[in-house]
Order: sequence, then structure tokens, then C-alpha cells
Amino acid sequence: MARLTVNGKSYTADVDPDTPLLWVLRDSLGLTGTKYGCGVAQCGACTVHIDGEAMRSCSIPVNMAEGKKVTTIEGLAVKGVLTKVQKAWLDNEVPQCGYCQSGMIMAVTALLKEKPQPTDADIDATLTNICRCGTYQQVREAIHAAAKA
Amino acid sequence: MNEMLRFDRRAFLVGAAAASGGFSLGFSTTGAAAADATPEVNAWVVVKPNDTVVIRIARSEMGQGSLTGLAQMVAEELECDWSKVTWEYPTPGQNTARKRIWGNYNSTGSQSIRQSQDYVRKGGAAAREMLIQAAANTWKVPAAECSAANSIITHQKSGRKTSFGKVAAAAAKLEPPKDVVLKDPKDWKLIGKGVKRLDTYDKLIGKQIYSIDLRLPGMLIATIKDCPVNGGKLTSFDADKVKGMRGVKAVLRVSDSSVAVVADTFWNAKTALDALPMVWDMGENAKVSSASIADMLKEGLSAEQTYIGNRQGDAAGAIAGAAKKVEAVYSFPYQHHVTMEPMNATARYTPEKCEVWCPTQNGEGALAAVAEASGLPVSQCDVYKVHLGGGFGRRGRTDYVTQAVRIAKQMPGTPVKLIWTREEDMAHCAYHPVTQCKLTAGLDADGKITGLQMRISGQSILASLLPQALQNGMDPIVFQGLTPSSPEGHLGYDIPNLLIDHAMRNTHILAGFWRGVNLNQNALYLESFIDELAKEAGQDPLEFRRKMLKPKHRAVLDAAAAKANYGNAPKGIFQGVAQIMGYGSYVAAVADVSVSDGGQLKIHRIVGATDCGYAVNPAQIERQIAGSFVYGLSASLYGEITIKDGAVEQQNLDSYTLMRIDEMPRVESVIVPSGGFWGGVGEPTIAVAAPAVLNGIARATGKRIRDMPLVKHSLKNT
Ligand code: FES
Ligand code: FES
Repeated sequence: MARLTVNGKSYTADVDPDTPLLWVLRDSLGLTGTKYGCGVAQCGACTVHIDGEAMRSCSIPVNMAEGKKVTTIEGLAVKGVLTKVQKAWLDNEVPQCGYCQSGMIMAVTALLKEKPQPTDADIDATLTNICRCGTYQQVREAIHAAAKA
Repeated sequence: MNEMLRFDRRAFLVGAAAASGGFSLGFSTTGAAAADATPEVNAWVVVKPNDTVVIRIARSEMGQGSLTGLAQMVAEELECDWSKVTWEYPTPGQNTARKRIWGNYNSTGSQSIRQSQDYVRKGGAAAREMLIQAAANTWKVPAAECSAANSIITHQKSGRKTSFGKVAAAAAKLEPPKDVVLKDPKDWKLIGKGVKRLDTYDKLIGKQIYSIDLRLPGMLIATIKDCPVNGGKLTSFDADKVKGMRGVKAVLRVSDSSVAVVADTFWNAKTALDALPMVWDMGENAKVSSASIADMLKEGLSAEQTYIGNRQGDAAGAIAGAAKKVEAVYSFPYQHHVTMEPMNATARYTPEKCEVWCPTQNGEGALAAVAEASGLPVSQCDVYKVHLGGGFGRRGRTDYVTQAVRIAKQMPGTPVKLIWTREEDMAHCAYHPVTQCKLTAGLDADGKITGLQMRISGQSILASLLPQALQNGMDPIVFQGLTPSSPEGHLGYDIPNLLIDHAMRNTHILAGFWRGVNLNQNALYLESFIDELAKEAGQDPLEFRRKMLKPKHRAVLDAAAAKANYGNAPKGIFQGVAQIMGYGSYVAAVADVSVSDGGQLKIHRIVGATDCGYAVNPAQIERQIAGSFVYGLSASLYGEITIKDGAVEQQNLDSYTLMRIDEMPRVESVIVPSGGFWGGVGEPTIAVAAPAVLNGIARATGKRIRDMPLVKHSLKNT
């Protein structure tokens, strides 16, 4: 039995302790905003925050997240008020298919916490999420827009 | 008026009610569920009493933005308030029941807008006429005295006004007009505007339901393993070894080459499948490797028997008599689509009905697959399209739909969601075909091309997927971009003596439609070689092209060159150009590249110009151009699927590298719609990405890369 705090709520899930956090979120808790892209920490579609840090939930066993604060894409906007990253994503119309964007937004949110005014070089060095639709140009513009907001 | 406006409204309401099973389960499988009692004005338009306009979209949205573009086209003619527009997918089953009133559902080949623009605009116009007529009837005035704008109908003489929502129910009862007149493009207010997409918000908050996210009451989750070698068989598996594992509900044979584990969660299904002992018979194809395929293709480069795609004059004679002869051999490997959302489908089978929720680019094909796999008549099957996490051509195939139904059929009444692991996805794609190309040309003393031969050797997509579409054995799609006149891609150069032919060499590796299809390698071969010829002729590659190009091709290349300030690159930056025509559109690119002495390539900027005839939503076209460059550059920098012992070697994204943001050049797009035709925008630009960069690299380093991907080559200054 895993005990988790996700987006400020407590959950229990009847899963093996080494089940990746991603699948506990998706299948046990019904939080499907966090996506499966590769399962091997390559694509970043599954990015969540664990105690504020961006992590690839496909490669984190659920027991490692116990006792920590997990935030998923569903937990960013409070009462329908978008965060400045989400707002910048909306204004710049970043998503195409959108499948990578939960992870992208989580990664960028963590990046901006670390570096509120990131340079292009900072973005290049930190953001390794894959977007197969190729939204990188809009992602970059939206990051700078969010940093200014 | 055409077929689509003649229909039985009641039949649709019945169908919509039957399909609303999904909605009553607490979620909408479409953007806006108009599955309430509001009658449609016509097949394309439902107006709710609160003035919400629901536009029906037959084509699949997978990121390309055509959902919004199609809605814009209906709304343009409908004269509705754009801020009140929402949308829904009519199901393929409803389309069948209504004699294909929504036409073709296929969302491949950059066709969604260009192939349906006429009838969707007419659908909007007809609905507008009916709404106006309904208002005129209430006012007892001639409809000709009324007009519509912004969802408001006005009777000019009296100044009376009403809204679409108020008259929609009455309009729904009227006979549709026999004919409608479409607006002159110069009067468009919405087409041509970069309005915001209709499907962004939910994607930002984790609320967008993709097919893989679907949840139904009592649903189980399956994952599958098919024989690693296409054509091989699953001899046996030992289900007893895993049946007691956590969450496992069933271990099922799906075909003679595949087995699935069904469990309560994906992870439990996957864990058990990984532990399942399986015995494979890999078969004869296990002898095939990338090297053996390359040898076979090489033989094709000089084979006698070929299919001819384009012949003018006497190429061989012209080359033989030329002042200078130039020859080069290029190759392009298998590529994988890698939709970010892996293949998946949810199926629920009962002896009476089979329903599937899936991320398909091919709704009608998926429906046919459901009927075939379930054994039920089409009328007892349906497909609910759910948002696609990318398509890129991969989801035109329905293999995963068939599998899901075969699994669900063994568990009647239980909805089963089949999810492929990324590993399964890497192993069981229909890959961008592998080809080699030998190009030979003659130049006269003035550096003019006297003759050109292009011999393509390699795999045919049609032979793999649609052999019934071969024309006397020939695959005409092979010549995309090189044909004399096809709107899907014709050659832009006037070359007096020409021979372009294909030695078809197929393998057991399935070849499929990969975004951009054969235009990709054909543009790479042609446009790289044209640069080689320009160099041999001692001419600037832009000028060299301009002298031979047909006007539309030349105009788009000029537009790219102007935007890129061609010829004035800063020191250390080298510009490569490329152009091609495909999917009805003319495209060109100019890449600004530098290569350090250590061989480090940097693509500083890439300018992409597109003449797509009419530009429905320029903001989305810009994104398609930028995204196309990413797709094309990813393939040319890294993309290569290799074969060992008959199986695909790359197992996940750690061995199949995709471009990330750090390598993304700045993209500048120039949209130059010249009008009078409708071209697609989701694919053609991919084809000019690689040759523009390769031509830039050749100018920077003197090195001509002819064998993809780039990562295999050192660009070091030696
Ligand atoms: S799914 Fe976790 S990084 Fe790809
Ligand atoms: S928006 Fe489709 S993968 Fe990023």
C-alpha cells in the first residue's frame, strides 16, 4: 500500500512499492494529465514535481515519492487560475498535439523557479523534454514571456 | 445541391443518442457534446438555443491544427460569432449510416483542409441560408431582405434582429437550399486570420483526454508483444507462469504472432508480459540485416527492369554527349514516426455491438477494422475518435485497433484498453521506406543541364500496405515531387532530357506513410544533387536553380531567399537552399549554418517559404512550418532504424535520438499564398529541411554528405 500526497491531497494506492510513480498517478489515482512517452527517462512527458523538483515519474518507484509532496499538471492552476507558465503557453499557443506539454510545462515551471530569467543557453542546457510535433520555437518564446510576466 | 445536404435528420438523432454512451459515462470523447436534443441545422452545424455553434469535424486533430482551420471555413460561410464556436467529431459509424454525409475521414497526406474545403464551406453556407430563411419566415419577409453576421440575422428594412440560436430549431425543419454561392476569397473575414486554436486550454491543465487516458467503468488494461521479426510466429507461451501475478486477469493469444496480458493496471500487465515465457519462430526473415538490404538496393541502382515515373527526351543520349558528366549516389534510411502517445485503443465487445475508442487518423478504416476483427456487421460497430498525441501517418494504420478488438472479443462485456509499450511501438511500425538513389547528369559548356537521370532503388509503401493500389506493379507514390504533373508533387525544373525510374526492392520490414512520405528523400536527392551540379557548373546554387524553375517554384524560392537575405550571410555562416513541390504546395528553405573546425554543426536559422494557394490560418501554418523543420531535421541529423537478425534494433528513445530544443534553429516563415488552388501545409516543408542544411554544410566544409543520417559523418576540418 503506497501513501502519497499529490496536489495537496492524500491518497493510498494498492500497488507494488516499485511501481513507477507515473502508473500510480495514471491508473490508480486517475490523474492522467501526466503522460507516458518512453518509460525510460528520455522524453520528459511524465515530468512531475517531487518536493518542487522536476522528476521523470516513469523512472521513480512509488515508494520513493512517499512522504514527499508530489505536484502534477493538474495541481498547477489553483481554482482555474493559470500559472504564469500556463498563461504564457496559452498566449503563445504552444501546444500542437499537446501530448508532451504537461511534461514541458512542469519542467519549465521548475526551471523558472531555479532561474527566473533564463537565457537561451540556460533553456538549452536544462530543457531536454522531447516534443515530436516540434513546438520548440513556441516553447522558447513562451518561456521568455513567462519570465517577463 | 450535393449529396451531403440530403439526409435523414431523425436517423442522425437516433445515432447520436446511441453514441452518447460515452458521454453518460462522465466524459466527452469530443470537444463539445452536442448529444443533447438540439437538432442539427445540417450535418455540419448545430446551433444551441444559447447561440453556441457546434461545428462537426470529420478529420482527426493530431496537433496539425486542421480542426480549427476546418471550423474557420464553416464559420466563414455560416457568418457566426467565432467566439461561440465549439466542435465535435461525428463518428465513422454515423457517417456510414448517413451515406458518408461527412465525406472522407482520412487525415493523412496533408489533405484535411484542401480536400474538404469546398464541401465544408458549402455546409456552412447552406446552414446560413436555412437560418436566414427561418428568421424571414417568422418575420414574414423575403429571405433576400435579410442578412447574417456574427450569429445575428437582420432584416435591413425594418431593422429587426434575431440570433441564430433563436431560429435554429425552425431552420432545422427547412428543406436545405438546392445550391449555395460561396464567398469570393477577397470577402473572407475569418479564413486567412490566425485565430486561436479551439483546442488549447485543456492541454495546459492536464484535462485533455487523449485516447491513452480514456477510462471506462470496469475497464481493464492490456499490453501486447508481437513477434520481433515481421513474418515470424509465436510458437507458444506459458500463461500459467504469470497467471498468479498481481492484477493479472488474462493471458490471451491475439494472433499467430502475438500475445497480450490483461490486468487491472498497465504496470501489472507489463510486468507480467515481461515475465511471460514465450517461444518464437522467427522464420526466414531473421536472415535479413541492414547490410543485406543495402546490398539489395545497390543492385537495384543498375538493374535493367524498372518502373518509369518521368521521361522526357533522351536522357542517356544527352548525358553521353555532354561536355561534363556528374554522378552521385545517395541513400536514406528507415525512419520511425514516434508519435509521443504510443499506440493504444480501447475496445468493448458484446455479441450485439463492438465499440472502439482510439486515436486514429483514419476513422473509416478503423471502423472497417473493428467490423472485420469483431465479425459484426459495420452497422453494429462504431469508432469514437479521441484526441491524438501525434499522428505523422502512423495512425492511418489500424493494426492496434484490430488487436484491441481481438483482445476484447475474448472478454465480452469488459472494456479493455490496449496500450503498447514504447518498445513495442519501436518494433512494430510501418517505417519510412529505405531507398538509395543514383543521379547522373550532363552539363554543357555553359553549365546548363542537358540531361538528368535519377534511379531510385528501394522499398514501395504501396507494396507493403496497399498492394491493391499498385498500378501494373508500379508504385506511383515513389515519384512524389518528381512527376511531370501530379498535384501531389511535380518536378519544378525544366530539363530537356530526363529519366526518373524506380527499381522496386521490397523487404519484410513494413514501409509506411511517414509524415512527408517520399517527398522527403526525393527532395533530398534532387536538391542536393542540383547543388552539386551548380558547383560543377561554377554557378551560384540559387541562380542555377532560378534559370530552370517553373514560375511558382521560382517565386517561392525567391521569397525564401529574400527573407533570408541570401548572399549576404555574416562571415562564417553559409547558406544552403532547397525547394520542392508536394501536397499541392510549393515550398522552399534557406538554412544558415556554420561548422566549427572541430566539426560542430550549428543551424542558426532556417527560413521556410510556402505557397499553399490559400492560407486558412497563418498562425497555424507557421507552426506547421517550424514543426516540419524539427521533424525533417531530426531525421537528417539522427534518424535511422537499423535491422539485425530481421528485427529492428532501436528499442526505445535512448537508441533512437530525436532533436531537442538545444538544436532547434530559429525558424522564420514566409507565407506567400498566390491563390487559385488549395495546398497542404502539414508535410511539404519537411522535405526541404535536410537538403537546405546539407547544401549549407557542403558550402561551409566542401563535404558533400550523401548518406543519411548526418550523425554518422564527421564534419571535422581535415
Ligand atoms: S515517459 Fe518518462 S521520460 Fe518518457
Ligand atoms: S505538442 Fe505534440 S509532442 Fe509536443
